[in-house]
Amino acid sequence: MLIAVLVLVGLSVVAVLWLVSVYNGLVRGRNEVKNAWSQIDVQLKRRHDLVPNLVETVKGYAKHESETLQKVTAARNMAVAARGPAQVGAAESQLTAAVSGLFAIAEQYPDLKASANFIGLQEELTSTENRIGFARQAYNDSVMRFNNQREQFPNSVVAGSFEKAEMLELTSAAEREVPQIKF
Amino acid sequence: MWEQIASNQTRSAVVVASVGALLVTTGLALGAVFAGSGEGAMGGAVVALLLWLILWMVSASSGDKILLALHGAQEVRKGDHPILVNVVEEMAIAAVLPKCPRVFVVDDPSPNAFATGTSPDNAAVTVTTGLLRILNRDELQGVVAHEIGHVKNRDVKLMATAGIMVGAIVILAEMGRRAMWYGGFRRSRSSSKDDGGQAILMIVAPLMLILAPISAEFLYLALSRRREYLADASGALFTRYPEGLASALEKLEAGTSTPFAHASAATAPMYIAAPRAMSASGEAGSLFSTHPPIRERVHILRSMGGRADVAAYEAAYRGVKGESAVGAQTLAASRPVAVREASAGAGSTAEVDRHRAASNALLSASGYGTVTCSCGATLKIPPSLAGRLTECLRCGRRLPELPS
Repeated sequence: MLIAVLVLVGLSVVAVLWLVSVYNGLVRGRNEVKNAWSQIDVQLKRRHDLVPNLVETVKGYAKHESETLQKVTAARNMAVAARGPAQVGAAESQLTAAVSGLFAIAEQYPDLKASANFIGLQEELTSTENRIGFARQAYNDSVMRFNNQREQFPNSVVAGSFEKAEMLELTSAAEREVPQIKF
Repeated sequence: MWEQIASNQTRSAVVVASVGALLVTTGLALGAVFAGSGEGAMGGAVVALLLWLILWMVSASSGDKILLALHGAQEVRKGDHPILVNVVEEMAIAAVLPKCPRVFVVDDPSPNAFATGTSPDNAAVTVTTGLLRILNRDELQGVVAHEIGHVKNRDVKLMATAGIMVGAIVILAEMGRRAMWYGGFRRSRSSSKDDGGQAILMIVAPLMLILAPISAEFLYLALSRRREYLADASGALFTRYPEGLASALEKLEAGTSTPFAHASAATAPMYIAAPRAMSASGEAGSLFSTHPPIRERVHILRSMGGRADVAAYEAAYRGVKGESAVGAQTLAASRPVAVREASAGAGSTAEVDRHRAASNALLSASGYGTVTCSCGATLKIPPSLAGRLTECLRCGRRLPELPS
């Protein structure tokens, strides 16, 4: 009798310890995802701050491009307002396309291309674009790790209260336009 | 690269211990040669052991500072060279480092780069001005990613520690050999008692002094070569653009014909490409070269088949070398990563602009201020003249205040 009670107590202690470790592991995974997302957020904000400067600089040299400039400003405002991975992904892809359109136009204005201000902004935006790409990669890696952790048995028994994390997709306009050939 | 980190920690222990053992053996031999007795040998071993402990402590606590000081490296901030600092920050994000490494520039026309630091929290990346002059943005990113790969794989501390120890052995053995040459063997007073042992000691000790430094260097170099491949794999993954690193390595190979004034035998394995001083003495691919041949590294990077992940590097490495480079656990965690496009305008920066940016980085990192006069002249004012030079050297007009 005593032995049976001891075994039961022992088993329940083991079960509780297991629950705690799984729970803590899931919390850690969720924090990693949050952390990685805030990294992306920092870079997106950086880009939102840079774009108005770029628009101002280009305006000084290329007055006839107001349509493109308006498009960039509109895309930027939409990106600022976007919330959640799906919305942010769509809005930021549009902003990327709009900014690269603006850089393409700048090719026609030698004075603009040679201005120190523009060169500096171009480097900053290129770097920010890269950072967003690299931070997104890191974020998606952490999302995949967390979702695997969450769905695998026996963790899945405990993981009910943990929402599935969402990947961030940023497809450039060029990528979307390329026809996919399937065999 | 978790496996690599874990295996690095075991390896560091093994290397540090075996180089330590070699050091003690060298001490034994040195003691025997100097004193010509068993007690002398023991004394030599104790001295060597103490030296080893001191060196270990120094290199662990401030090895990176010593190395940076040896190279006369100047710390670079954002305004000094925006592209370089941006690229380092990008790679720190890609590698998910806890903190962005500090950035240094060395004034040397030979293109090269290295990483220092005791952990990913306090790492530093150093490049030469020669490197900044010849590489475009994507290539620079490849080189920086390779160095960050060393940081991420925990190579940096091990290489610095091992390098300083090997240096100590080489110096000790050299001392012993010279003592033998000029002083001859000192005869023990109690030679009647243990003549046989004495004779053996006298034959073995000089042999030891010749073999110890060679085997120490051998250990060290074998460690460093595989690390270069793994750092290349990390570099390709972080940039998602293996071509950047490949074309940078090609330019480096062409550029290392310019001798690297700051390189020495002890620091050679740290650089991304073997400095001239080393590659001239050993043939490519020989046991004593610190780096794998660049052509092979480039070939592997270019056969990754449009992918940038570690598994693709492993497949390419296997295709070229017929063996495995990456651990199984790392491979299992690898997922396919597609190569990105070349960054826009990567090749457009004219060479003259890169030259100017490299020199400006060094000047402004050394405290030079830049002032543009209304006549269009740009003056770079050294810190010693700050506040004293008030008139433009070209037109004689009053200069605007130095921005502080």
